[in-house]
Amino acid sequence: MNAVPTAAGMGLLSCEVCRLVSRAPAPGGDAHCPRCGATLHARKPASLARTWSFLIAAMLLYVPANTLPIMDTSSLFGTQRDTIVSGVAFLWTSGSFVLAALVFFASVMVPLAKMIALAVLAGSVQVRSVRNRRTRTRLFRLVEFIGRWSMLDIYVVTILVALVQVNTLATIHAGPGAAAFGAVVVLTMFAAASFDPRLIWDMQEEGERP
Amino acid sequence: METPPAAFVACLECDLLHRRTPLPPGGEARCKRCGARLYRAAPADANERALALALTACILFIVANAYPIVGLDVQGVRNSATLFGAVESLWDDEARAVAVLVFVTTILVPAAELIGLTWVLLALRQGERGYGAVPLLHFIESVKPWAMVEVFVLGVLVSLVKLAHIAIIEPGVALFSFGGLMLFIAAASAAFDPDAAWSQLEATQ
Ligand SMILES: [Zn+2]
Ligand SMILES: [Zn+2]
Repeated sequence: MNAVPTAAGMGLLSCEVCRLVSRAPAPGGDAHCPRCGATLHARKPASLARTWSFLIAAMLLYVPANTLPIMDTSSLFGTQRDTIVSGVAFLWTSGSFVLAALVFFASVMVPLAKMIALAVLAGSVQVRSVRNRRTRTRLFRLVEFIGRWSMLDIYVVTILVALVQVNTLATIHAGPGAAAFGAVVVLTMFAAASFDPRLIWDMQEEGERP
Repeated sequence: METPPAAFVACLECDLLHRRTPLPPGGEARCKRCGARLYRAAPADANERALALALTACILFIVANAYPIVGLDVQGVRNSATLFGAVESLWDDEARAVAVLVFVTTILVPAAELIGLTWVLLALRQGERGYGAVPLLHFIESVKPWAMVEVFVLGVLVSLVKLAHIAIIEPGVALFSFGGLMLFIAAASAAFDPDAAWSQLEATQ
């Protein structure tokens, strides 16, 4: 018997879709929510293995995402290849400091910080840490909230490709970096969705009481 | 006598069990161990409001997709693009994976979420179960992170600043519609009370 009353400790399952708490069936049977029919798990299945897989794939793709051009601009004066960082530099040198900072934050800082945070979260659960559990839970909440903003540059490229066409003296094409960057965003979102923050709390401190 | 499991709510972030207790109007219950939100006391007409906001968002969605987002004028040559047109240019530009990603996050998922939510809320308002309401609500919950209208709006603004250096920019009707759509989607999902919807669905079973 656990010192702290958790759903799993009491033999109950909570539905992640409709939040209904129901009694877990006999071991072996597949559990479904009596109200909404969702498949119930005490913890997300293979949470750590899946988080690490998505995370490592994202880290590998982060390299081409930043080194390959996300767009090519061809005009009468030649072709210019832009990576994410050179796009930020262009905004900065043309005087749009706020936007440069915004794009740098969304496209460079957020994906990097998100991957580091997920590695810290998964790693700390792996070594069964009981420290700073509340802070780590907050970190996870932040990762879930902020990750989507990395899509910013993908949308910028979309609009530029659509508008700057043959008849406007220059043409903009999407580069291979854009696909790699999009994949990084998608993979980190999958990694965050695979991680189960309840694992952080499953390690009980000595003598913990409700 | 034992309390039925449904009288409890478990924290999704740390699994701590809490007994559901009535809240004062406008109040919300947070997990006492990790601080995550557990449930809130929504006003009785919360889902009526959510329905009105979702219907408005549906109209804005149609306008936002029917008109050009922005026009470009380079020495008398004009170009403009709708969102779907922009997705098509990416596709034709061999950036197919990116085109699919943009289509899914700015058109497909927001549309599915809005239509699904409106459908379920309309059915509940009539006091009916509504065809497919349970899988629809389920679906809405699971695709939510993939609707990125607000990020798209910011992306459009950034690209406009970049283009302002080479051409004259003419913001289109759809740009403002997307701005409004972003606000109404946020308002509709903030007003929506899933607890009430689920118990109502359970009652009409
Ligand atoms: Zn359920
Ligand atoms: Zn909690």
